[in-house]
Amino acid sequence: MNASNDAFVEFDRVQKSYDGETLVVKDLNLGIGKGEFLTMLGPSGSGKTTCLMMLAGFETATHGDIRLDGRPINSVPPHKRGIGMVFQNYALFPHMTVAENLAFPLQVRKMGKDEIETRVKRALDMVQMGDFGGRRPAQLSGGQQQRVAVARALVFDPELVLMDEPLGALDKQLREQMQFEIKHIHEQLGVTVVYVTHDQSEALTMSDRIAVFNDGRIQQLAPPPDLYERPENSFVAQFIGENNTLDATIAERDGEFVKVEFVDGSTGQALAVNCGGPGEKTRLSLRPERVTFAQPGEWGVAGKVKELIYLGDHIRVRMQVLGNNDFVVKVPNASRHATLSVGETASLSWVAEDCRALDAA
Amino acid sequence: MAEATANGDIAPDEHRSASGQLLAADGTPLKKSIRRSEARARLRAFLLVAPLLIFVLLSFIAPIADMLFRSVENEIVADTLPRTVEALDAWDPQTGPPPEPVYRAFYDDMLEATELKIHTRLGSRLNYEESGMSSLFRKTNERRLERFDLDQPLQPQFVDLDKDWGEVEPWAVIKTFAPRYTWGYFLQAADMRLTPGGVEMAPEFEQIYLKLFWRTILLSCTITLSCLLLGYPVAWLLSNLPARSANLLMILVLLPFWTSLLVRTSAWKVLLQEQGVINDILVYIGIVSDAGRLVMINNQTGTIIAMTHILLPFMVLPLYSVMKTIPPSYLRAAKSLGATDWTAFWRVYFPQSVPGIGAGAILVFILAIGYYITPELVGGTDGTFISNRIAFHISTSLNWGLAAALGSLLLILVLGLYWLYDRIVGIDNVKLG
Ligand SMILES: Nc1ncnc2c1ncn2[C@@H]1O[C@H](COP(=O)(O)OP(=O)(O)O)[C@@H](O)[C@H]1O
Ligand SMILES: [Mg+2]
Repeated sequence: MNASNDAFVEFDRVQKSYDGETLVVKDLNLGIGKGEFLTMLGPSGSGKTTCLMMLAGFETATHGDIRLDGRPINSVPPHKRGIGMVFQNYALFPHMTVAENLAFPLQVRKMGKDEIETRVKRALDMVQMGDFGGRRPAQLSGGQQQRVAVARALVFDPELVLMDEPLGALDKQLREQMQFEIKHIHEQLGVTVVYVTHDQSEALTMSDRIAVFNDGRIQQLAPPPDLYERPENSFVAQFIGENNTLDATIAERDGEFVKVEFVDGSTGQALAVNCGGPGEKTRLSLRPERVTFAQPGEWGVAGKVKELIYLGDHIRVRMQVLGNNDFVVKVPNASRHATLSVGETASLSWVAEDCRALDAA
Repeated sequence: MAEATANGDIAPDEHRSASGQLLAADGTPLKKSIRRSEARARLRAFLLVAPLLIFVLLSFIAPIADMLFRSVENEIVADTLPRTVEALDAWDPQTGPPPEPVYRAFYDDMLEATELKIHTRLGSRLNYEESGMSSLFRKTNERRLERFDLDQPLQPQFVDLDKDWGEVEPWAVIKTFAPRYTWGYFLQAADMRLTPGGVEMAPEFEQIYLKLFWRTILLSCTITLSCLLLGYPVAWLLSNLPARSANLLMILVLLPFWTSLLVRTSAWKVLLQEQGVINDILVYIGIVSDAGRLVMINNQTGTIIAMTHILLPFMVLPLYSVMKTIPPSYLRAAKSLGATDWTAFWRVYFPQSVPGIGAGAILVFILAIGYYITPELVGGTDGTFISNRIAFHISTSLNWGLAAALGSLLLILVLGLYWLYDRIVGIDNVKLG
């Protein structure tokens, strides 16, 4: 996607500092396409909310431009930006009924009474809350409040909706259901959504693209499968999904691949993704399901079984491999592996493409 | 033991009486022993609150009860002149001065009263109702009564002592205030009076209390309103500042509490008087001329300014504690939905701060309506409150009955306003923190 030309929302070299000493957001460049569902994913404190607040107009960027539909909005006050927003604690006005909450953005836009009524009804029906218009927010369950908050952010037909950890307060089952419903509404309305979460599975299931944040920077911006299959640095590899790491030194480069030397002097092959030249340190990343037990005579590294966890369809094997005590292998529950026992030594192997040489971090 | 539990349904460590009641370890029925242990807990709770309870009973409930009683109590007439009261029972003031037997009875009563020297007290009491009664009773002393010739009719001799004893008036007053309980004080507190002919308004120039009540309410409302107008922005600022600066500002808000009330009030005298600091500055800047110095003290303006200052913290604190609980995300949500700053404040923030306004307003209003010392010092004549009048009757005129009636009316007024407030705003809408 060519961010600078046809992006609907664009962060252009944006920096933000609250105290004038530390940068909370460092050189943010991000283009979001019209109708896209983009998720900002990252650990707590990585600057996601700050980015969202700058977009909504509640914080000003210390440096750089934010553009909406091509127009810079740095000096546009929040109420003129026309951006819908769902807050983490929903921020439903407690002294108004659900219907009054939904009517509020329409009233401040001076719409007619009849139109307000039909729009409120339509929005409530959209989130299956049609019967709850007369209730106060306090009389609703967490999930219902969540639906109302979503409806209120959408009732005035904004082209862009921001959601800041909207499902954080819900229990797991409700969260999964709401993920599905929000995704469904997004597809139905074609609205652009910028979604913030620290829950990677939420990000993976809902997003068109995910921007992984850490330390005020975007570490990687990619669609969910790419993020999982092809992490570009150690942070992303570690943050998304389960990951095994092995520290090694690069021996020599070999086209797309590198030959690496492990701590015990043995060698192996890895895909050169984000690593330096010969002699430099690297950290290899390997998904647990891509590791197999070596056939006799095949290349492999020795590992010692530390723990076996039976999970029905597969067995999680925690092993000690090349100094890493938490090397996990997922073994399908087939009869030939039933003999594995704690303390046993086995030879592990993998395909070089699945072993990504990343920054030593 | 495991076997016993498995076979029988009674565990070996569980005791039961013959009737199947569960027993405690010492053999008493379990329910009774629970009741006993709860009674002990209740007693302990009671003992903990007992000192305060006794204190409140003695220092608060009892005086109020005493005040309510004093406002209607009127035993002095019947106690001092028992025979006279009885003799006057059959007398109708319309028929002219009372007959001879009344004078006889009065003579006997007065002889006893003068001996005990309590006749002047009765005179003072009746003087509240009709001026002149005090001197009339003082004149009718032991020495004069002893010179009466009991074989002659007594009426002429009383008229001889003071011609007023030959009139209808003093006797009518005695008859009107003969009952042991009277509404007289309350009527007086409402600028009315009990006359032999019934209840009527006091003469125009004597009407003072209704005006004072009205002024007290009006000034208290003004003070409450100005506290709200000055306190709301401060509380808002306080609740939105980072904790450190908020604490500093809070100390400034509470600073008035740390200085004596008298010092603060006197400081206002220094600031506000005609040759005071504020007038000097205004004259110096040229806003007012030297001849046109503002009169800001010893009138209502003085009372309003000084009391607003003194009561401001009582408005700021409840407002602050309520505003502190309103998350900033509400204002943000309102703005993201398209509301201007003002609309967001007025439609979203303000309604949620109403409980704080309610609590602050009630607190300030109730404190203001009973305030005494500040209006006394800076109120002059037209800035005083009803409480100043109550204090006057307690310590200067010694008309405690009227003071009690005024106090009771004030109490009723406050309760009435409280009820009104409950009807309009709802008392559950008040939050002190
Ligand atoms: N209003 C603020 N004033 C000062 N520092 C802030 C403020 N808001 C956030 N921060 C700091 O900025 C950093 C990023 O915060 P935030 O954007 O909320 O992260 P996230 O939403 O990813 O958890 C944190 O270190 C936080 O302490
Ligand atoms: Mg956040």
